[in-house]
Amino acid sequence: MITAAVQEREHYLNNSYGIKSWLLTKDHKRIGLLYLFTVTLFFFLGGAFATMIRIELLTPTGNFVSSETYNKLFTMHGVAMIFFFLIPAIPATLGNFFLPMMIGARDLAFPRINLLSWYLLVIGGLFSLFAMLAGGVDTGWTFYTPYSTTYSNSWVIATALGIFISGFSSILTGLNFIVTVHRMRAPGMTWMRMPLFVWSHYATALIQVLGTPVVAVTIVLLFCERVFHIGIFDPTLGGDPVLFQHMFWFYSHPAVYIMILPAMGIVSELVSVFSRKPIFGYQFVAYASMAIAVLGFLVWGHHLFVSTQSVYAALVFSFLSYFVAIPSAIKVFNWTATLYKGSISFATPMLYAFGFIGLFTIGGLTGLFVAALGFDVHVTDTYFVVAHFHYIMVGGTIMAYLGGLHYWWPKITGRMYPEGWAKLSALIIFLGFNLTFFPQFILGYLGMPRRYHVYPDEFQVLHVLSTAGASVLAVGYVMPMIYFIWSLRYGKVASANPWGATGLEWQTPSPPPLHNFDVTPIVTHDAYDYSTVVAQEVEVG
Amino acid sequence: MASDAHAHAESPALRVQFDTEAQQKDASTLGMWLFLITEVMFFGGMFLVYTVYRHVYPGIFALASSSLNVYIGAANTVVLLCSSFTMVLAVRAAQLGQRKAIILFLILTLILGGIFLGVKAYEWNEKFQEHHIPGSSFHFEGMQPDEQAHAQLFFSLYFAMTGLHALHMVIGAGMLIFLIRQAQKGKYSAAYMTPVDLGGLYWHFVDIIWIFLFPLLYLIDRHLKG
Repeated sequence: MITAAVQEREHYLNNSYGIKSWLLTKDHKRIGLLYLFTVTLFFFLGGAFATMIRIELLTPTGNFVSSETYNKLFTMHGVAMIFFFLIPAIPATLGNFFLPMMIGARDLAFPRINLLSWYLLVIGGLFSLFAMLAGGVDTGWTFYTPYSTTYSNSWVIATALGIFISGFSSILTGLNFIVTVHRMRAPGMTWMRMPLFVWSHYATALIQVLGTPVVAVTIVLLFCERVFHIGIFDPTLGGDPVLFQHMFWFYSHPAVYIMILPAMGIVSELVSVFSRKPIFGYQFVAYASMAIAVLGFLVWGHHLFVSTQSVYAALVFSFLSYFVAIPSAIKVFNWTATLYKGSISFATPMLYAFGFIGLFTIGGLTGLFVAALGFDVHVTDTYFVVAHFHYIMVGGTIMAYLGGLHYWWPKITGRMYPEGWAKLSALIIFLGFNLTFFPQFILGYLGMPRRYHVYPDEFQVLHVLSTAGASVLAVGYVMPMIYFIWSLRYGKVASANPWGATGLEWQTPSPPPLHNFDVTPIVTHDAYDYSTVVAQEVEVG
Repeated sequence: MASDAHAHAESPALRVQFDTEAQQKDASTLGMWLFLITEVMFFGGMFLVYTVYRHVYPGIFALASSSLNVYIGAANTVVLLCSSFTMVLAVRAAQLGQRKAIILFLILTLILGGIFLGVKAYEWNEKFQEHHIPGSSFHFEGMQPDEQAHAQLFFSLYFAMTGLHALHMVIGAGMLIFLIRQAQKGKYSAAYMTPVDLGGLYWHFVDIIWIFLFPLLYLIDRHLKG
């Protein structure tokens, strides 16, 4: 009976049908799902490249792929994962879907621009995909000059063009979010009542809007240099290749915060809901997001400690990099303080949140190691750096992304995921992740350089451990893929607010109606005020 | 919700996600300003590269700059400033709901923009004949062979920056044509003239970029002589 009632109610998934109703939709929820589909494809594509890398590294000699192919593999792994998965993953899927709902809006401010930004990502993705299929690109995802402009014989232009186009997707998403947060909040939704997920997306959007145009113009110059050979990055013509590194990292370091800030927003939601307490020091966490966004623009030089940068500049960049640790630490401390005397439940999203906090802390603290000048010179371009940023990107961002997907799955689809399988996969991912990447810290410290596929015999044990971990991790990632799809048909029907959460997105039916709310909500309480919520059906195991 | 439905029935330009026309106009204007900020960052990258190389090669940049025709550049600056003025008049006409005046001033703006682009094309053509186009046939009279590459850097930046600016002008011209057609259909009134307003913001932005480009590219040798 209940099932029948749910099917009859009109919501965003059944109010229109057919391919056109999806490809021409202006509904932020459907666009979020289009993004979900797209970034998932790129995630598994990037994962396939990673698999080949790990297989190659099983043995000390290059016997699975040639050096040239190996260069292409790690480049395409980076390009697919960073530009087409990590950057759009959380903002463009979960952010797109939930940011308007969380502030009580019917949609983003510019729905057509939102759809355009998805098309830009797809077109950019197709360019890069074409480059990968046509023969690949071998410059590393960083496209350092003059190799990328003068010497590389691979598909640099097509790949860079793909990144250029997808950059505008990111800019437009950020622009849409900023305007929406400023102008579309429901009555009573003051800035200090906004969920921290919205705050972190606001901070992310600022970086997208301010940083991405710089990498766009850098790619334009790279293009001119490679095609017309005008000399801007060519030392033989009076140009400066390091200028490219400055411009590239002026975006690409803040881009790290585009990837991690939304993840932090998810964790803030999860920690609060599953310990049933307001976030400790709400304002500090909100402002910490803004501080990270601002400070993130002032640290790019720590990627150039060994690139002829002046020692004094390096000192300043090192100092400022330490500064970023302060707002990051505020967040970690406040999450743990929220847990204190909370009524904690260990539902799957919370397991991911715990995974995030632990792994992000390791990734963040090793970030301080590499921000220290002396130590960084020792580990520059080694697996220590590789392990560090995978702890942030995979251990941090992907953990939080999966946690968020599980948390909001009932709202998105109207179905619960299977809790037992989900817990098991969370555990497998956590173990597989650590087995993959912890050995890489040791490898890097011992001197294993990144981007090499031939290495001394004594490193083999650690590499085998890492590859073994990667296979465990792969199993962990395939599992949610299967049971999420399974749950669409067989999952338990979800109530409007299965977690007893406070956010406005839970005050409307699952799945939500086309314009999110039957009646525009009026907000009278702070975010995370649990005294106001009567959980209709708390299904936490 | 009932009042929303009412507001939406009364004003066809009001989109479903907004409650009031004021909110919609506010959002569009903020969006345009944000877009212009991204443009500042985009051009900012070019200005950074210019600053770096002018700092490294000040003398050669001044010498290379002296080959640009200051009088043509200055005249073109005046043309562009006039187009900004007619754009302001178009926005003012829109605020007053004077449909014919909107169309007239938008067309004048378009013509002035076209003159600017035409003059720019003439200047580029001159550079082409003087072998100042970066590439294998680049040659700058009276410079040592090793300095040739540095002069070429100046002209690379000259073409990249003025080219990017011209591209924005072309997009602006397309926008003007769109606005003129919509105005002819009577889409704009004193109550709804957001597109004209936003078009004005964009046009002025492109104008301001030129105000920076002109002295940086045309006038640096004068700075050294003075």
